[in-house]
Amino acid sequence: MHTQTDVVARLCGAVKRYGSLTALDGVDLVLQRGELLAVLGPNGAGKSTSISLLLGLMEPDQGRAELFGMDPVQIDACRRIGVMLQSAMLPATLQVGELLRLVSSYYPNPRPLEESAALAGVGDLLKRPYGKLSGGQQRRVQFALALCGRPELLFLDEPTVGMDIDARRKLWAAMRALVAEGCSVVLTTHYLEEAEALAQRVIVMAKGRVLSDGSVDALRARVPLTHIRCVTDLHADVIANWPQVVSAERDGTRMRISTSAAEHVLRRLLDADASLSELEVQRASLADAFTALTNEETVEQEAA
Amino acid sequence: MNSGSISAAHTTLQSSGMSASRVIGAYVAEARSECIRYMRAPGFMLPILLFPTMFYLLFGIVMGKSEGADAARYLLVSYGVFGVMSPGLFGFGVSLALERDGGLLTYKRALPMPPGAYLLGKMLMAMAAAAVVILLLLGMGLALGHLALSLQQMGLMLLTGTLGVLPFCALGMLVGTLIKGQGAPGMLNLVYLPMSFLSGLWIPITMLPKVLQQLAPIWPSYHLDQIGLAAVGLQHGGMAKHVVILMGFAAVFFIAAVRRLRRYG
Repeated sequence: MHTQTDVVARLCGAVKRYGSLTALDGVDLVLQRGELLAVLGPNGAGKSTSISLLLGLMEPDQGRAELFGMDPVQIDACRRIGVMLQSAMLPATLQVGELLRLVSSYYPNPRPLEESAALAGVGDLLKRPYGKLSGGQQRRVQFALALCGRPELLFLDEPTVGMDIDARRKLWAAMRALVAEGCSVVLTTHYLEEAEALAQRVIVMAKGRVLSDGSVDALRARVPLTHIRCVTDLHADVIANWPQVVSAERDGTRMRISTSAAEHVLRRLLDADASLSELEVQRASLADAFTALTNEETVEQEAA
Repeated sequence: MNSGSISAAHTTLQSSGMSASRVIGAYVAEARSECIRYMRAPGFMLPILLFPTMFYLLFGIVMGKSEGADAARYLLVSYGVFGVMSPGLFGFGVSLALERDGGLLTYKRALPMPPGAYLLGKMLMAMAAAAVVILLLLGMGLALGHLALSLQQMGLMLLTGTLGVLPFCALGMLVGTLIKGQGAPGMLNLVYLPMSFLSGLWIPITMLPKVLQQLAPIWPSYHLDQIGLAAVGLQHGGMAKHVVILMGFAAVFFIAAVRRLRRYG
């Protein structure tokens, strides 16, 4: 358990209550060096609370939070992390370059200003006052501030909210570059494609608990479904009664079938309808897995 | 940036330790940013500079012309104290209330900013703004109001203003921890304006009703006014008492504010 050298962040049985509301209900989380971990979950799942505990912004009511084996409030632990919070109104009258210089000054061995700016794609904004930037540009500046201290661990809370697709892809590329340097990243996001594109490991949270912790593929495999779409004359009711077919419904001219045994169903489909056309077969997406997982939880809770 | 002699094996060690000069650099950078950002915000600087200078111009210089040299000095001190209170109360209180609301304080707490740099930066900003207010009033008094002061008296007045802002910083900070966001300016005006009036900054204290005169020593601004009067030679002796009382006010407000910040953030 105690391979301290490679664990950069850890939550042990963390419980956090706000009054009568239990925001975190015994969360265990371990982050290894060089890992990019995505934390997914609906609003109120406890993602931001988990990050707040790891940042030392609040203390757990029970359990423990650690950064590099230290209490997160210790400044020596803080000096090894970079942070991008969901909402932080930075001083509007300061220029981007001044903000970068200020935050860099907190770290023992920061990146050169130009390097931080280039990595986050804000090199052309250095002389602009922060308050005059668009929402997406402000997010990129916040990202530059997060990485300027050459952190070993980055916390990014919903980093790409408000960014257009191009800016989002650039930020993804920068995150990959940082991970390649050996930096660990904890990323919370609402965008499943973001987790799919970046993360080696995904944690799904709901109602203050960890529902699933594993690779993107492992999460996908929790919903062993494949979607088949095609144009066919067969009736949806007929197909729905075949073994291992979960659902079949007509969607305009097309048939949409969900199954746990795609090969088997396909063979039978092709046998049954020689004129079948426009065949598409697709594995369940992360979104399917996520929806299934969080729904399961709701159903269980309602049943209890 | 770094000397080439530091090998890769040392980088982890190096990154957790921070040299003393870099820590001092962080304090300086924080104070510098805090000053720059408010000097550039007209919504903050203009009221702080305009209110005392306009009042002084109107009541101290234009209307007080016939009153003689002592009156001119008396009014300089009154409006000086009035002017010094606002960067303390508003500079500290409003910015803290807004930054708690907007998430900047949370962000700074997550960053490895050295301890106290945030408050120290605001304090220096308020002191600088207070010094500017006093210099402006002195300049106006000398140029327009035929104010007769020795260099030493002017120096003492500047010192009184620059250090005298501190108890009001602490009071502003306390209000800033009690109220979040946009409600703070209104609340601070409710503290600022009555306190100025009740400690004789607008109307000489001897013209106030007897009860209010007796109550005046409960306001920190009264004590600062007394120190200011001594600085320009209108009062003699008993200064130590006023200084100690102001330090006591500052300590009480500051400790209460820090406790609230620790507990509620």
